[in-house]
Amino acid sequence: MRTADVPKAGVYLLANAVTGLLTLLVSVLLFAAGGVLAVVVVGLPLLAGLVLVGLPVAAVERRLQRLIDARPLPSRHRVPPEPGLASWLRTRYTEPGTWRELGFAGLLMTVLWPVDLLAVVLGVTVPPVVLATPVLFGTIGDAEQVNVLKAVPVTSWPQAFLAGAVGLFAMVACACGLVLLARLRAALARLVLHPRRDLDQTVVELTRSRVRLVDAFEAERSRIERDLHDGAQQRLVALSVLLGLARLDAPDGPLAEQLSRAHDEAGQALVELRELIRGIHPPVLTDFGLEAAIADLADRCPVPLEVSFAMPQRFSAAVESAAYFVVSEALANLAKHSGASRGTITGSYAGRTLTVEIADNGCGGARIDGGTGLIGLADRVSVVGGRLSLSSPPGGPTRLIVEIPCQACG
Amino acid sequence: MPGLRVVLAEDSVLLRDGLAALLARFGHEVAAAVGDSDGLREAVAAHEPDIVVTDVRMPPGFKDEGLRTALELRRRRPGLPVLVLSQYVETRYATELMDAGDGTHLGYLLKDRIGHVSEFVDALQRVVDGGTVVDPEVVRQMLRRRRDPLAALTAREREVLALVAEGRSNLAIATELTLVEASVAKHIRSILQKLGLPQTEETHRRVLAVLTFLRS
Repeated sequence: MRTADVPKAGVYLLANAVTGLLTLLVSVLLFAAGGVLAVVVVGLPLLAGLVLVGLPVAAVERRLQRLIDARPLPSRHRVPPEPGLASWLRTRYTEPGTWRELGFAGLLMTVLWPVDLLAVVLGVTVPPVVLATPVLFGTIGDAEQVNVLKAVPVTSWPQAFLAGAVGLFAMVACACGLVLLARLRAALARLVLHPRRDLDQTVVELTRSRVRLVDAFEAERSRIERDLHDGAQQRLVALSVLLGLARLDAPDGPLAEQLSRAHDEAGQALVELRELIRGIHPPVLTDFGLEAAIADLADRCPVPLEVSFAMPQRFSAAVESAAYFVVSEALANLAKHSGASRGTITGSYAGRTLTVEIADNGCGGARIDGGTGLIGLADRVSVVGGRLSLSSPPGGPTRLIVEIPCQACG
Repeated sequence: MPGLRVVLAEDSVLLRDGLAALLARFGHEVAAAVGDSDGLREAVAAHEPDIVVTDVRMPPGFKDEGLRTALELRRRRPGLPVLVLSQYVETRYATELMDAGDGTHLGYLLKDRIGHVSEFVDALQRVVDGGTVVDPEVVRQMLRRRRDPLAALTAREREVLALVAEGRSNLAIATELTLVEASVAKHIRSILQKLGLPQTEETHRRVLAVLTFLRS
């Protein structure tokens, strides 16, 4: 608590008291006029208008809050969908903020403003008067008697100075009390006008759980990849070795033929399994990073690609895998739908942002929500805090850009 | 053909046994069969084998520890024959291995290839004899990148090359593309460089570039 807070607290409370009093007057007038005129229907709009009295009150409170609390207290009112009074009224009457503010106005004009006013008046007047006791005793009281606050008689110098000391103490106590009261009042107003905490916390919790889900998903993919690698694939290789050895010993005839067929089947299964593993989580991405993994993707693409993707940095597994799968999906679309004859992949890491662009000279017309896997990838990119943008006018060319703010690690 | 002394590193017991049986069948001796990279280092030091056969992927990390250890062994003993077995067709692993030393006495085979037992044993012998063996599937993957030599050219350079192929002179090309002649010459220099056509007396580089264009 600083000394500068004291006048601010005083101004805040005083301004609130004035606002409360004014609100009370206006409301009573509106209510009375509305009530009287209700018989001739004209009064009904006045009564309805009473509901909106919270709007200016809350606006004043938001400004006054800056004296006490540096945190912003923005208006949560919705913007009316159309211009015009009708639309504005519809929006205001249907949003919870208006009713919340009416509640605050009600609280202010009944309970709060008298408290505010009383606190300021007493806090500002009483301690100086008590403090001035020795002076009063010497002048008005002629060193014989003076009644402090018109109640406590003081008849000697020691008593007068004691009262002065009490006044000094009261001054400090009142200053603290005013600041404390102002803060309480500001917090109360904030609570009524802006119960943001629970909503914000829900959003934070949701974001966290989404990140956790994606991490878990990523870990699961790695686990499956590892299980396939170290389990099924090894067994298949061992089977293939056994079959190969058996073929060496088998005499020519139907048995050798069957062994040969079985051997080929095992080989085919290995090829398919390898492709499957690559689709789940490519090991080259984990072992060598984006540059090598994307070079590999480009090698497999049937459309000739110009790749300028020099990126020695490594990033977190989630970032690398998001960028990798975007490129993978983009190249699959490029090969399948674009009709392009050439394409480019460019990658850069600057200003702590990883940017990858995939472009082609094809027919365009691609859409993020157009049934391709792009929408899922956009979600995946957004979980790591990045974004995916697509420009693909009919007739082409198509450009897909993924930007992910991230830290390079090693 | 004398039997080879082989140190085998493979974490799957099943496959390790299969490989040992295979090698024995062809009269080679498995000096040691180990399951991780530390074991591999010790076994190579202890047995001085004719060849090391190792899996790329090994404990404890189940990443590319096998490959790393193979590279390390090569650094310590240049010329030590190493055959790396892998499930990865991605070219990066093979190039990483081939860059070790002078690139001889090296092999990179997909595990599928072990099943073709005679091929596999041949490859083993070739590596010991100083050859370089790369799995055909990986080679195919590597060659795909070189498939279109014109891919390295810019759109403008391709335009220029197309006109060269039509037999136009630099001046004619400059007029056609509304360029100055000097920048046409610059484009052509860049084309020849990107197509890897060396500056020699014997060949006409411009014709070679045109041939490349026509072939693609």
